[in-house]
Amino acid sequence: MSILVDKNTRLLVQGITGREGTFHTNQMIAFGTNVVGGVVPGKGGQQFDGEKGSVPIFDSVREAAEATGANASIIFVPAKFAPDAMYEAADAGLPLVICLTEHIPVLDMIAVRSYLDRYNTKLIGPNCPGLITPGEAKLGIIPGNIVMPGTVGVVSRSGTLTYEVVYALTQRGIGQSTCVGIGGDPIKGMDFIDVLELFEADPNTSEVIMIGEIGGNAEEQAAAYIKQNMTKRVTSFIAGRTAPPGRRMGHAGAIVEGKSGTAEGKIAALEAAGVQVANNPDQIVEMIAR
Amino acid sequence: MNLHEFQAKRLFAEHGIPIPRGEVAYTPEEAREVTRILGGKAVVKAQVLTGGRGKAGGVKVAQSPDEAQANAEAILGMQIKGLTVNKVLVDELAPGIRQELYLSALIDRGQRQPMIMASAAGGMDIEEVADKTPEKIHIVHIDPTLGVRSYQTNYLAKNMGLPRELWGDFNKIVSGLYDCFKSNDASLTEINPLIITGEGKLMALDGKMSIDDNALSRHPRLAEMRDLEEEPPAEAEARQAGLTFIQLDGNIGCMVNGAGLAMATMDIIKLYGGSPANFLDIGGGARADQVATALRLILSDPKVEAVLFNIFGGITRGDEVARGILAALEQIDTPVPMVVRLAGTNAKEGLELLAEADMMTAATLSEAAQKAVAAAKAARESGRAS
Repeated sequence: MSILVDKNTRLLVQGITGREGTFHTNQMIAFGTNVVGGVVPGKGGQQFDGEKGSVPIFDSVREAAEATGANASIIFVPAKFAPDAMYEAADAGLPLVICLTEHIPVLDMIAVRSYLDRYNTKLIGPNCPGLITPGEAKLGIIPGNIVMPGTVGVVSRSGTLTYEVVYALTQRGIGQSTCVGIGGDPIKGMDFIDVLELFEADPNTSEVIMIGEIGGNAEEQAAAYIKQNMTKRVTSFIAGRTAPPGRRMGHAGAIVEGKSGTAEGKIAALEAAGVQVANNPDQIVEMIAR
Repeated sequence: MNLHEFQAKRLFAEHGIPIPRGEVAYTPEEAREVTRILGGKAVVKAQVLTGGRGKAGGVKVAQSPDEAQANAEAILGMQIKGLTVNKVLVDELAPGIRQELYLSALIDRGQRQPMIMASAAGGMDIEEVADKTPEKIHIVHIDPTLGVRSYQTNYLAKNMGLPRELWGDFNKIVSGLYDCFKSNDASLTEINPLIITGEGKLMALDGKMSIDDNALSRHPRLAEMRDLEEEPPAEAEARQAGLTFIQLDGNIGCMVNGAGLAMATMDIIKLYGGSPANFLDIGGGARADQVATALRLILSDPKVEAVLFNIFGGITRGDEVARGILAALEQIDTPVPMVVRLAGTNAKEGLELLAEADMMTAATLSEAAQKAVAAAKAARESGRAS
């Protein structure tokens, strides 16, 4: 068991013929993900011949969903076209959409999120590494060789920092139920609370790691949610303690503005909610192993 | 990207917001001439991309062209929070100030909507107002499909205690500010203060505007407004190379892939007693030439006593990073000790390539940070000894 993605996920890849789309479709198929089709406007009827399997390409998500019974879509298209790809996936009725694209303007994402909410389409991202259920399926770019099946749920705003933590867990023989990278943009799809809620309800997740960073107040909101609703142990790490205020630290969402968004504030809120907060990523594993 | 006051106010004016007449001057003589044209009185304002200009003495009122020239003389070349002033805005004096208000448009991340924030407590630091007297801040959220509605601006005007005869003009200013925000893909448009003049009219006396960097590609006119003089040269070079680089004041240079991991690497350096010299994210899938540029930038900072590479390969490949490091080291002869930690995709190949170079390696992030801090300390001590 797991959350959001498993053996029954039937995945479409929007932008399957691009450089990233091709490379990662091969990686996903190799991992065991059931990729059922690709979508590239103008290339319908062609075939994606990957290293590990061949899948049909369609002109539209709607056509592809009807022909394949897809229930999820992953987006590998440039920022200029990504909002359109998300609208299209929601319009076609897909319940889960993952957008890896970075550099989508904030005002575009406000419109996208508001539209997707009308369809009850769950969005992960943008600017995220996707998610992976070890032993079952991966939707995105999290390296398949650093995970192992188990019961620790991982949710994170960062990409490579997630790899760091997951890899350390695996090396210690601690497996994961599902790892979800929600992305570092200020306006996105699923946030910490949405994922924590799923982990809390998932019988095969025994505890949760939440990796946050400076900026916004999603960690503070998560802390309030954890205090009220979570019975499972939560361990956390917040990146950016040394970040100077007013400077955007790479992610569009990672900025300390005035008094809001500081690492100290987030850590205090989490500790007050009974979450154990690690001083450094390596320490998370020690805390979980205890 | 942040805009200067004069740039922001010009954009406001395009959306019907009243601003003082004024012109930018680069020399004291120009400031004098502008003041003469404006009728002999003016305010001379330093144009630097930071707050606190007034407190630093960067804003001075002149009662004559001569005084404006003297003011500009004093302000040009001045340092404000580490930035050198190389231009001033010379604005006509407002016809009296009856009241100072605050008005801004920005994104509410939690509500996932733009919002308008307004207060009758203008002219001061709005964060402080929000902190100490939150009841003086009034907020309405804007549905992008509806835009600003008049009932919303009336609500703000009423709560700010604006005289009824100004509600109509206030509505136009709020709508204009929101249009300016939206059409320019801003993350902030702020008027502080928005004043009621001695003649009872509303006017934007100061302006601030930040543009969403991700949207600059569809606003070539705004992209051209970037003030290259205000950007540290290393950061500008990094940006052009597709890297995110922020200069800090520590002693350990870091090169990392991914923003979250880069921040975590900085934090852990601090945890082990060092201090990061920079934030540097080489991004996903960095090529060798980008890595070489990044290393050159790190080493151009004389404060750097050690360099820590922390690369967790996903899209990024360890061997590609190693090639970049080697390429950079061929061009630069440096005594600075380096610690490399490679994990993930092609890490083994990368480490094999680096075996020839004189670098320390580490298996974990903690180990890498401790080695880098120790190496910096040793380098400093041997520097003192020699």
